[in-house]
Amino acid sequence: MDWTAIWLSVRLAAAATLVLLAIGVPLAYWIVFSPRRWKFLVEAIVALPLVLPPTVLGFYVLVGIGPMSPVGRAYARIAGQGLPFTFEGLLIASVLYSMPFAVQPFAVEFASVDRRLLEASWSLGVSPIETFRRVVIPLSVRGLVTGIVLSFAHTLGEFGVVLMVGGNLPGVTRTVSISIYDAVQSLDYAAASRTSLLLLIVSFIILASTYSLQRSVWLKPRR
Amino acid sequence: MYASLAAALAVACGRGAETPARRGRVRVAAASDLNAALGQLITRFGAAHDVDVSVSYGSSGTFYAQLLNQAPFDMFLSADVAYPNQLAARGLTVPQSEFTYAIGRLILWAPASSPLDVEHEGLQALTRGSIAHIAVANPDHAPYGRAAVAAMQAAGVYDAARTKLVLGENVAQTMQFVQSGAADAGLVALSLVLAPNMKGRGRLFEIPVSTYPRLEQGGTILKWAADLDAARALRGFLLSADGQAILQQYGFSSPGR
Repeated sequence: MDWTAIWLSVRLAAAATLVLLAIGVPLAYWIVFSPRRWKFLVEAIVALPLVLPPTVLGFYVLVGIGPMSPVGRAYARIAGQGLPFTFEGLLIASVLYSMPFAVQPFAVEFASVDRRLLEASWSLGVSPIETFRRVVIPLSVRGLVTGIVLSFAHTLGEFGVVLMVGGNLPGVTRTVSISIYDAVQSLDYAAASRTSLLLLIVSFIILASTYSLQRSVWLKPRR
Repeated sequence: MYASLAAALAVACGRGAETPARRGRVRVAAASDLNAALGQLITRFGAAHDVDVSVSYGSSGTFYAQLLNQAPFDMFLSADVAYPNQLAARGLTVPQSEFTYAIGRLILWAPASSPLDVEHEGLQALTRGSIAHIAVANPDHAPYGRAAVAAMQAAGVYDAARTKLVLGENVAQTMQFVQSGAADAGLVALSLVLAPNMKGRGRLFEIPVSTYPRLEQGGTILKWAADLDAARALRGFLLSADGQAILQQYGFSSPGR
């Protein structure tokens, strides 16, 4: 079993989930509470990875972070090393790719918080940020957990995008799905099915425990 | 309602539109380095024969796995000879239908914008400090990848290049790494660079054929081929003087020579 690849995938999924939590929560908040009319455009952009083929996304990311784009060149000047074929490059791709899996559950949950509670808090002089922290977040644990778990699981199983931007470097960009694919290509079907089975079981356990947690008493029941 | 859904599904699956099958038909699974050459070959073949040829391009290893499970193709044009031979050994092909149709040629390629002088320096250009990434196909399963590693070893640059290698899934994707500028140079198939849309996009150095294992490309006809005559006709054309001339024009050598 390719433990290097498995560990890499776990690190990538964890890092992507942390980044998505950091940018997904404010983004979901903005989508739900902003009065801007054109916010549907932002929602559509966030949802794009759901429908775009990973190869398309992967190719855009490859070109977008490469030395032919201003972003790629600026990063290479600052960091002394380009983004393609690095863990950081893969992280950017994963964050884009898993974005809807974090932002959509967050936004749905934020939107379902009783408006009257928010207005009560605001009229008591509590700032919107503080209201968000003390009212919206505690009432949205369910959606936050769902978003976190889906981002993690989705990044763990990511294939097409990694194939396009990774370059298959052991310990850097050879994730577990690439390792399985390589095993199949090398006709090592036994190794491929061992790793696949592990991935299947892990994914199932992650999802099953999330859904079971959502039923348990320590999470507030839905109104 | 379910009846109409089923009807819609049948149409979506292509069941609704059966054309009367008078013409011959060959479904080909082809290695991705054939992309440019095969288009031209089929046009020429179609002009002389009453046969429709449909081609799917992909990685030979993937096709092999699919063909083990009886994927609906009549002919397999692999990037090496091992896959067709293994299919034959498993009794999945028409007996004695294996054939070698071309020899692949390996080149070093860098985009036109690159400062690397690959035309004159050849593989020695790979030792330059300015290079961060060199793209090759995955040597674990791609024939062009194995050839690339052997050629670098023969040129004595492998130890310097080794830590800079990035691996493409197949040779076409390897080309993409270089073309997008993400890798500085790549060892790819000559056939990919001779495609019409690649004209003037970069500079190349042809690697001496004696320095890497021969890239024999083999094909076979599958046991479940629907129209054996049509498949045989296509094989015949591939191996004919006309077919070989087109393959040469697109960067392959003839197996006979």
